Amino acid sequence: MAGIFIICLNGDREHLQFAAMAASVAAVTGIDVQVFLSMNAFPHFIKGHSKEAPASGVVGKKMEEHKVPEFFTIFEQAVELGDAKIWACSMAMDVMAVTEEDLEPIVAGAMGLTKFFSDAEGAQILTF
Amino acid sequence: MAERTVDARGSFCPGPLMELISNMKSMQVGDTLELLSTDAGSAKDVPEWVHKVGHEMVDTNQDSEGTFHIKVRKAK
Repeated sequence: MAGIFIICLNGDREHLQFAAMAASVAAVTGIDVQVFLSMNAFPHFIKGHSKEAPASGVVGKKMEEHKVPEFFTIFEQAVELGDAKIWACSMAMDVMAVTEEDLEPIVAGAMGLTKFFSDAEGAQILTF
Repeated sequence: MAERTVDARGSFCPGPLMELISNMKSMQVGDTLELLSTDAGSAKDVPEWVHKVGHEMVDTNQDSEGTFHIKVRKAK
């Protein structure tokens, strides 16, 4: 399967922001985009969890000051306008003791790493 | 054919592009949209997207206050 496969691991604002930007711009340009959420990036996609990721550096802090759209909103646009698919790491779900019903609606469902890598064979993989 | 103006001034990348796309989804073929943006990147990104997906660039210019006026026609 061609396209861009994005792995989100870091839960800070800068990483999530750029991952969302890459996902949305690629998706609305007609590129098949698949996003895999794990580690500290994952909890932001659980219902009720804060969508305000902490800044880790000066650019992240400036983004807060300038009220740059939040990463979650940009991921929503990637799904709604570009048909991107966002998947939750099944391991992270187990660790956090959540089910698919606990995930935000923009998350398509649970995904294992093996299946994700299998789908990504021959495609670009970006890790944030 | 209808014309629409989308004011995305003050919005950061990729906000203006997303606002344009969101609006174009609800427009008819042949309609035009003028995007107002203060994001310099959008002045290059929007024409690139328009070309890539097969719509039509009508005009683009920057006024004396620094706002980009990017006019696009929906082609499909």
